[in-house]
Amino acid sequence: MNAGIKTLRIDGRDVSARADQTILQVARENDIFIPSLCYLEGLSPVGACRLCLVEVKGASRLLPACVTRVEEGMEVTTRSERLEAYRRMILELLFSERNHICSVCVSNGHCELQSLAERLNLTHVHFPYRYPRLPVDASHPRFVADHNRCILCTRCVRVCDEIEGAHTWDVMGRGIEARVITDLNQPWGESESCTSCGKCVHVCPTGALSEKGRSVAEMAKRRQFLPYLTMMRTQAR
Amino acid sequence: MNWVRPTPPSEDKRWKIVDAAMRRMGYRRDALIEALHSVQETFGYLDDDSLRYVAQSLRLPLSAVYGVATFYHFFTLKPPGKHTCVVCTGTACHIKGAPQLLEMMEREYQLKPGETTADGRLSLLTARCVGSCGLAPVVVLDRELGGKLTPEQLRHWLEKRLAYDA
Amino acid sequence: MTLEELQRTAQEERASQSKVACHLHVCTAASCLSAGSAQVKQALEQELAERGMRSFCRVKGVGCMGLCSAGPLVAAHPEGFLYGRVTPEDAPDITRSLVEGRPVRRLSVPTDQPFFRRQLKLVLENAGLVDPERLEEYIAAGGYASLLKALTEMTPQDVIREVTISGLRGRGGAGYPTGLKWSTVAKSTDAEKYVVCNADEGDPGAFMDRAVLESDPHRVLEGMTIAAYAVGARHGFIYVRAEYPLAVARLRTAIRQAERAGLLGNRIAGTPFSFHIEVRLGAGAFVCGEETALMASIEGRRGTPRPRPPYPAEYGLWGHSTLINNVETFANIPVIVREGGQWFARIGTATSKGTKVFALAGRVVNTGLIEVPMGISLREIIFEIGGGIPDGRRFKAVQTGGPSGGCIPEEHLDTPVDYESLAALGSMMGSGGLIVMDDTTCMVDLARFFLEFSKGESCGKCVPCRVGTAHLYELLDRLVKGEANGESLRMLEELSDLLRHTSLCGLGQSAPNPVLSTLRYFREEYEAHLAGRCLAGTCRVGANR
Repeated sequence: MNAGIKTLRIDGRDVSARADQTILQVARENDIFIPSLCYLEGLSPVGACRLCLVEVKGASRLLPACVTRVEEGMEVTTRSERLEAYRRMILELLFSERNHICSVCVSNGHCELQSLAERLNLTHVHFPYRYPRLPVDASHPRFVADHNRCILCTRCVRVCDEIEGAHTWDVMGRGIEARVITDLNQPWGESESCTSCGKCVHVCPTGALSEKGRSVAEMAKRRQFLPYLTMMRTQAR
Repeated sequence: MNWVRPTPPSEDKRWKIVDAAMRRMGYRRDALIEALHSVQETFGYLDDDSLRYVAQSLRLPLSAVYGVATFYHFFTLKPPGKHTCVVCTGTACHIKGAPQLLEMMEREYQLKPGETTADGRLSLLTARCVGSCGLAPVVVLDRELGGKLTPEQLRHWLEKRLAYDA
Repeated sequence: MTLEELQRTAQEERASQSKVACHLHVCTAASCLSAGSAQVKQALEQELAERGMRSFCRVKGVGCMGLCSAGPLVAAHPEGFLYGRVTPEDAPDITRSLVEGRPVRRLSVPTDQPFFRRQLKLVLENAGLVDPERLEEYIAAGGYASLLKALTEMTPQDVIREVTISGLRGRGGAGYPTGLKWSTVAKSTDAEKYVVCNADEGDPGAFMDRAVLESDPHRVLEGMTIAAYAVGARHGFIYVRAEYPLAVARLRTAIRQAERAGLLGNRIAGTPFSFHIEVRLGAGAFVCGEETALMASIEGRRGTPRPRPPYPAEYGLWGHSTLINNVETFANIPVIVREGGQWFARIGTATSKGTKVFALAGRVVNTGLIEVPMGISLREIIFEIGGGIPDGRRFKAVQTGGPSGGCIPEEHLDTPVDYESLAALGSMMGSGGLIVMDDTTCMVDLARFFLEFSKGESCGKCVPCRVGTAHLYELLDRLVKGEANGESLRMLEELSDLLRHTSLCGLGQSAPNPVLSTLRYFREEYEAHLAGRCLAGTCRVGANR
């Protein structure tokens, strides 16, 4: 038996995997749906959104599929009433956290948060909306940062740090007050480190980061570049 | 390309203290929190110039330094008032009257935690617990600890301290 | 320093101490210091000098004697007098009492009371007796003998075996078997390992670790060094919260002293074993008490936790195998090595061995620091050791485990203190903070207090905790103000379940505990608030109606 290959069971199906793969990677390879928002292939996984939590036999806790390595004989359940309920609640929390108004958003129809809500049959949000006052930063010549649409997935932080290397974005503050910022919390247009490459815009799952000149429902993201760049960088190392 | 050590934001000799702190740790990136502590202790707070200087000295991205400076509540980016009043809001202090102390501060000095009076004389902060629960409720005024305080006693203490400046 | 040199130092120190007939111990830990004990010490020294009594009696600053509510504390040895609430003006009376051999009645604190009698001091065996700023006193009290024993008579495996047999469990709150943790790190083939001491004590109302660090810092260094020997580490960090400047200063002094004496650093005690310890400051983040967040902080980053597994034993500081233990856990090691694991395992209960240091605070007569054997009942701690509830009020509940724990009401006071029993009641051992509440405390307000804390300390990385704690706080705030409705309780329970099971780290997972625990035992207070009344009579309910 090849030590580098593991066999496990996901939702009753036997699948094989490389030893260094995560449950999420194997599931996606086999067209088994596990929702996620903070995960993006090509960026390091952080296990932050908690949408990809799955039940693993023998584990006392739910485990995040995006960071959990597969093990021989693992038995994973990706769908259950409990998991569906948790996933919907997490989405509801996101919708209630900031101001996500699809009808006037540049990413209407092209938004991962919106698509996921549809897919999980989310019909209403029963947590009280918080309506925080958040800014829109249009100082950059090419891009716009609308903090009302941000879900703090940190994909922008990771792509700028890991792929572009500029580390323009990071997170300030903590908890519900946390926000993504550029440099010393300056307007994006005044950033000294930003290279205007636009990678952050295209990895952003919502309309938080968009290209200037896009109107409602016009911001479709293009991220074909990401796996290619990741591969080139990994090979170069 | 060789890295060049940046020049301090000003001629102030106290930057040598901050430099020493960073040098003691070999200018490694994990010296960041110690460096920020040094700046705050020396200058009272962290401003953009000092953040930039630390970032350049430790070869860290600006946003990473800003992210760390704002994550930890010990650090402040605003200049403190001449006097700092820290009300402990730990569990024991909460049960023994810390909320009433904060109410008095808002009533008499129009200060909420994190604010400084308009004339810059007094800042109000809260601490999660200073570890002197036997003396609850506890207030630290300019590094001096006072325990078992009533709102009236606290106000008296503050007035004495503020009057001393005049 | 070799074993012979250690013993010689101990002898010399004891001889020097015995030249003076009596010693006045003045507590110089943070609580008594802030009550003015430094001035008391000075006044006593001056008084003795003026009376020409310096060859008869010496004053020394010591660590915590435990009864913080009666501070500043002064103890006369060997007379056995204990004085409380001492002021500098009491110096003449105290010195006169030494000559007369009779204690000053008005200052006397009875030492024959349960507060002292019922304690079993292992971790605190030197607290209040040694000057924490003098290495010689620690050595004279038997300090560093365990380290030398481990280095010269035991293999690393022998040490781990003793710790495992002792049954010691992590004293930071989770109660993970210490021996198992050590053996996991020891087994790692990583060439570079680290030992980290978690001194971030963030629970509001907990000051056990602070007292240990201020009263007996060498003990923690010794425990860490023994651990490093056992697991094969060469570098160590003590992560101390910045809010403990005295503890930081005493640790730095102790490290310098130990290094100069060859008890820390290169080639310890002349053996090939080297171990260096560095102090690192926290900066006001409760979440940095969580081990992965703590490590991120040491690495100079934002203190956000990361998913576990992998655990620090496999992937810790800078990716290396790391052992992380709490201050109190390390402070137990010297006595375990000295007396043996079996001796230690005879104390406590079947599953929770040894003693636990508790910080008793809130509405109880005797507030301060105590160390008791596991298995003692809460009732005994509160009513005998603690002296009961002051001002004639009634006991209502005791909070254990801080913001991650829960309340225990009167009907469960006979529960023995051990990890499993407290968890079964919906609370947890936690780090040792015990806050006593009487009938003037509103449990809904208390739940809101803890949620305000958790909301403010949430790192913001994961959705359930970041947004969930904000919603939980809002709900409780409305409940306290009388602006909630029946839906609110259901939402509280729903969110609590979500956070417990889906949060990334312990902060989010246990943030709902105060809510769940108060709902379990004091649901009537919530119902009353819904109806516009506060049963404790302290909340201004319905004020905005």
